[in-house]
Amino acid sequence: MTETFTFSPDEVKPTRETVFENQGIPPGITVSGPVDSICEQALAMLARTAAPAGITGEISAAEFEQVYQGEGRNDPNTPVGGIFERADHLALFTVTIGERPAEEIARLFDENEFALASMLDAAASAAADNAAKLAERRYGDVLRGDGWGAPDGGVLRYSPGYCGWHVSGQRKLFDYLGPEEIGVTLTNRFLMQPLKSVSGIIIAAHRDVHKFAASFPFCRECETRECRERIRALFAE
Amino acid sequence: MGLLDQIAEGVINGDDEQVAQLTQQVIEQNRPPKQILDVGLIAGMNIVGQRFKAHEIFLPDVLLAAKAMYAGMDLLKPLLIAQGIPSVGRVVIGTVRGDLHDIGKNLVGIMLKGAGFDVIDLGRDVAPEEMVRAAKEQDAAVIGMSALLTTTMPAMGEVVQLLKQEKLDGKIKTIVGGAPVSKDFAHGIGADAYGFDAANAVDRVRQLVGA
Ligand code: B1M
Repeated sequence: MTETFTFSPDEVKPTRETVFENQGIPPGITVSGPVDSICEQALAMLARTAAPAGITGEISAAEFEQVYQGEGRNDPNTPVGGIFERADHLALFTVTIGERPAEEIARLFDENEFALASMLDAAASAAADNAAKLAERRYGDVLRGDGWGAPDGGVLRYSPGYCGWHVSGQRKLFDYLGPEEIGVTLTNRFLMQPLKSVSGIIIAAHRDVHKFAASFPFCRECETRECRERIRALFAE
Repeated sequence: MGLLDQIAEGVINGDDEQVAQLTQQVIEQNRPPKQILDVGLIAGMNIVGQRFKAHEIFLPDVLLAAKAMYAGMDLLKPLLIAQGIPSVGRVVIGTVRGDLHDIGKNLVGIMLKGAGFDVIDLGRDVAPEEMVRAAKEQDAAVIGMSALLTTTMPAMGEVVQLLKQEKLDGKIKTIVGGAPVSKDFAHGIGADAYGFDAANAVDRVRQLVGA
């Protein structure tokens, strides 16, 4: 069964620090007055234009196995491949902040308002990521409300395109979930429109199940190593 | 400080109104447009580029400077065209087929224009054939490609191969970039250059066109 929901722009609004970080400004730097005001403008524009929405759909491990196979282009060994089979609950998800922020960004670039365009782009990317975080939290809250998870349950999301799950996996994910309902479609090369959208699987399992070593062949090319922080956070809860 | 230095200063400070006003003033004084461009606008942008590389300023400051530079450039462009003064070089850029991540590509385009290049931005999800066709049609010296997904990087190699097939590889150079792209990858596919960030891309493209 699928469920659609919306968030307010305020709920997905990124912090100034995150926006600056996405702009390559290290933490602790005092930015100039004009840069500071551009950041405020960008966040205000995001609040006016973002229409965050999401869809989740519970799926069994057997069904997810089919989705996960995708177009048969995954790496032979992946973290998700070893995790989903041991999950208690699984839900596919897609979130978006809608088309308007991207339209504004394009307009600003056309008008040579590069700094504002780029700041809004950074803010909108962070907002899409925040929407994914909220979808993950929301699903976890529902499960916990039903009595799942205490004391060691951990809920984490994983996306096609990351960690050996080939981006073409978005095709089967879309076939199963139907994110068109919230206005997200897939191009024939497996990418989502609107651009500021995120898709994946939310996995609820004993938190130990989410642990894996960053020693897969693709980990060598990964620059963010975000997985480390996400796994650590599960144990800090 | 002379007016051209003040234009450069205006670019550095990201003051688009000052740059437009001063550029208009020097145009009315009949200063050669090429001199205004080189000694005023591009000189300012070069300092901005150096400060960016030295981490003294950050991306938004560079983009404010670029806007100021464009304010002057808008006034100069018709004069440069009328006098038949060519740009430093023409570059066709795009995010490769299958990829929609275009933040980095946009920055590269802005910085190239800021350095005086003529930039034709084909947008995102651009097929290799389209890149080559546009470069031929526009008589571009360089094709610049951006990819953020490892799965879309091979399309860069396809462009290089197409140029080879059409015996254009000596004439139209290629530069590639994007977070997963590396110098080794660029070398492996036979691209002429790799740019690790937007400022570096400008340096590499300058080398490619011998500017
Ligand atoms: C021509 O010569 C040159 C020379 C230099 C060149 C050049 C060309 N092009 C770039 N450069 C260089 O100069 C620029 C300026 O210094 C630099 O450009 P960059 O583009 O690198 O840098 C930009 C200024 C800022 N950086 C970026 O804009 C990209 C940052 C990361 C975090 C990123 C972001 C922000 C986003 N994403 Co996406 N995203 C990631 C990125 C991870 C990363 N660390 O790169 C990446 C690219 N994403 C990924 C994925 C998988 C996805 N994303 C998705 C979504 C998103 C957001 C919406 C959250 C957001 C939007 C991005 C946008 N363009 O609007 C999804 C697709 C969206 C869609 N519409 O289908 C999705 C498919 C995930 C999903 N299933 O939902 C990963 C690709 C994995 C891979 N190995 O292929 C990814 C590497 C993240 C990761 N940690 O794995 C240099 O690389």
